[in-house]
Amino acid sequence: MATTSVTKPKSEFPRGVVAGIGIAIGYFPAALTFGLLAKSTGLTFLEAVLMSSFVFAGAAQYMALNLIALGTGALEIIFTTFIVNIRHLLMSASVSEKLEHDHPIKKAICAFGITDEVFAVTTTQERKVTTSFVLGVGVIAYGSWVLHSALGFLVGSALPQTIQESMAIALYAMFIALLMPSLKKHRKVVSLAISAAMFNTLFVFFLPSGWSIIAATILSSLLIELVEKKEES
Amino acid sequence: MSMSMFWLIMGMAIVTYIPRMLPLVTLNANRIPPKLQAILRNVPYAALGALIFPGILTVNEDIWFGIIGGLTAIIIAYFGANLIFVVIGAIIVLSFYSFFI
Repeated sequence: MATTSVTKPKSEFPRGVVAGIGIAIGYFPAALTFGLLAKSTGLTFLEAVLMSSFVFAGAAQYMALNLIALGTGALEIIFTTFIVNIRHLLMSASVSEKLEHDHPIKKAICAFGITDEVFAVTTTQERKVTTSFVLGVGVIAYGSWVLHSALGFLVGSALPQTIQESMAIALYAMFIALLMPSLKKHRKVVSLAISAAMFNTLFVFFLPSGWSIIAATILSSLLIELVEKKEES
Repeated sequence: MSMSMFWLIMGMAIVTYIPRMLPLVTLNANRIPPKLQAILRNVPYAALGALIFPGILTVNEDIWFGIIGGLTAIIIAYFGANLIFVVIGAIIVLSFYSFFI
């Protein structure tokens, strides 16, 4: 991964928006489904849109709907949300390593948008990124998430099932597309991705998925670093 | 909207935002020890591996759905196509697949 810093051109925000289009497409079916499920769970339109606007975390929102349907208490739901989203500590740390220095307030603002997908697009860029770029990626992802949550609540069930089903692949296709250029260039990336995939496959048997992703990511990042060091010396 | 739902959403928002914000605001890339920097640079690729697999197998009840969609994406991406074409290509191939199944 190149870490050379370049002087930032003015078009950083629009560049981020363009880089985030894949996320916007991928969020379409996921947000639509959320809106639809929120309605069937008994949330009002305002509640569903507010949850997408303030929380902006797919897996946690689905889980919250499940727990609301089961009649779980608010504190338990909030705690579960925290557990599910704690993986973003690691992702955000990795983004900060990639981010050019900027005012903490600007960093705090673009931090709101760091979902799994925004993290993936941001950290696989060839060069260092600016807060404007991260904000651009976040804004288009967020817009798609909130807008399509609302749409899902209103008309979700009217969409043909086959389209919704086929679009569920979008985010995975995007992850693959993000991985491929580095995969072709660096042997290390192949070992990182494959070992993490294998650890995750193993860990999901006994860990909740959020923790499984953290454990697999940390273990693989550490292990491959150690192995590479040994080969060098 | 009920007050309890409002506070639930606010609580969820706070515990989601804090893990995303803390490392970004408190860590300064120049002050992270080099060893930790190297590990953090590995994180994106490892995380992508974990985010893709085994989740991709469960996008649909039909396991072939994820396999065919994933292979399509791998092939299109391998030839260096733009991200959008990879995403749309996988969707189109799966639409054909589910149309004929």
